[in-house]
Amino acid sequence: MLELKNIHSYYGTTQALFGIDIEIHAGEMVSLLGRNGMGKTTTVRSILGLTRPRQGTVTFQGRDIFGAPPYRIAQMGIGLVPEGRQIFPTLTVRENLVATAYRGKNGRRPWTPADIYELFPVLAQRTRQPGSRLSGGEQQMLAIGRALMTHPKLLILDEATEGLAPRVRAQIWDCLENLKSAGLSILVIDKHLDALTRICDRHYIIEKGRIVWRGDSFKLKADPAVRQDYLGV
Amino acid sequence: MSMQLWVVQTLNGLQLGVMLFLMSAGLTLVFGIMNLINLAHGSLYMLGAYLAATFQALTGSFFIACLLAVPLVMGIGMLMEMSILRRLYDRDHLDQVLATFALILFFNELVRMTWGPQAYFMAIPESLSGTVEILPGIPYPAYRLTIVLAGSGVAVGLYLFIGRTRLGMIIRAGATHREMVGALGVNIKLLYTFVFGMGAAMAGFAGMMAGPILSVETGMGEPIMILAFVVIVIGGIGSVRGAFAAAVLVGVADTFGRILLPPALSSMAIYILMAGVLCFRPQGLFPAHG
Ligand SMILES: Nc1ncnc2c1ncn2[C@@H]1O[C@H](COP(=O)(O)OP(=O)(O)OP(=O)(O)O)[C@@H](O)[C@H]1O
Ligand SMILES: [Mg+2]
Repeated sequence: MLELKNIHSYYGTTQALFGIDIEIHAGEMVSLLGRNGMGKTTTVRSILGLTRPRQGTVTFQGRDIFGAPPYRIAQMGIGLVPEGRQIFPTLTVRENLVATAYRGKNGRRPWTPADIYELFPVLAQRTRQPGSRLSGGEQQMLAIGRALMTHPKLLILDEATEGLAPRVRAQIWDCLENLKSAGLSILVIDKHLDALTRICDRHYIIEKGRIVWRGDSFKLKADPAVRQDYLGV
Repeated sequence: MSMQLWVVQTLNGLQLGVMLFLMSAGLTLVFGIMNLINLAHGSLYMLGAYLAATFQALTGSFFIACLLAVPLVMGIGMLMEMSILRRLYDRDHLDQVLATFALILFFNELVRMTWGPQAYFMAIPESLSGTVEILPGIPYPAYRLTIVLAGSGVAVGLYLFIGRTRLGMIIRAGATHREMVGALGVNIKLLYTFVFGMGAAMAGFAGMMAGPILSVETGMGEPIMILAFVVIVIGGIGSVRGAFAAAVLVGVADTFGRILLPPALSSMAIYILMAGVLCFRPQGLFPAHG
């Protein structure tokens, strides 16, 4: 579904990614792990074209998307839940959902705000509140809802549960599991290994802009040295 | 002061206010969303007046002239955005001021070459040339009243558009999180061109409405631009609501300043108003982003 090959990305003259290879198949949930500042967000930005890689190839559903503008890439079916959530503060909860929603006629059944409220009932009570007034957990739910409203085939979550209370975290993991079993492909970045090894199929570990380890959950659980070396746990 | 004078001057103040609003709405959106200072906004006002006057002379109808001139100015504005202004968004304000000042010179010269150096005549449409008795014994020119009503209509329309429609939501979202709006599938460049076109259409409309009561001449956009900048600063940059409140405030203050204050003070009235507002609300009356 998504394939990154040999991606090199820079911020100005500083190189942040040194030849990243990542592959996500349809229906898979994959995690991208790594300590702070290793290049996870940069990888996400490179996929969406927010930071344009200098070198490499990116294909999504067999189509070359390298160098395409972010809105085109998003329209092809990549939904982003960004680091820091980036909720539109001056828009209400409902407006956050509908402003950038997908508006196709036939084919895929569009997500509606009602579906999102069913997924996250707390949002249903706050539809008219501005985004700036939500708690962190609510903002994250709204960010997920907003991304789903664009009808993605691949959902990317950067820091899926950062700073959230355990109960909200559990709710997000449940939601991701349900979305996966409904057929959505997911790339998730987070620090909670236990949850990730439980719900993800495969994992990549990034270290200083390079993929240094890849494998399935079984292999990751069985390899304490890797966790020690690259994740510091 | 007599009752009649009060009513008439209040209406005059409102009329200047809606004109200022039509000018400053586009300016504040463009400044607030694209972070662009566009001095050449007044040129669109001037073009609106010249084009409408020309179409009026050709067709004999003010209303057909309006229907032709406003979309045309919108188109010119969009072309201007795509060819020149788009390159200035990421530059600093000094570059923007220089480049758009050059555009003023360009448009003034273009107008002089096309229409000649003399002021161009534009007639008040026949059907609006009379007066309306707004209160018993107080007549007011119908055309000026039309300006107040049409301008208010545009203000309400714009308010509903920004507040209620999906495109309006995207415009508001883009004002705070431009990159994110793009990452969710919206073509920001196109959005900006459209927003700019909307502002241009309103400026063109204002110029057209002003045509019959002021003189249609090169450089006619500059004085109103200065007032429009005062308006967007008082209103809060980026806020359409603020622009409306401030435009009415400035329009009324300027009009009454002229009749109530000695001449030396009256020309300063709106700047004193601006200083006063900024003293208490440095972000303007309605700060756009929290
Ligand atoms: N806008 C930027 N300008 C310059 N350098 C940047 C920028 N953003 C990130 N970097 C650098 O690029 C490298 C990778 O950063 P990135 O944000 O991708 O890491 P990350 O793995 O997402 O970290 P975190 O866990 O803190 O979110 C870091 O060294 C960082 O300092
Ligand atoms: Mg990050």
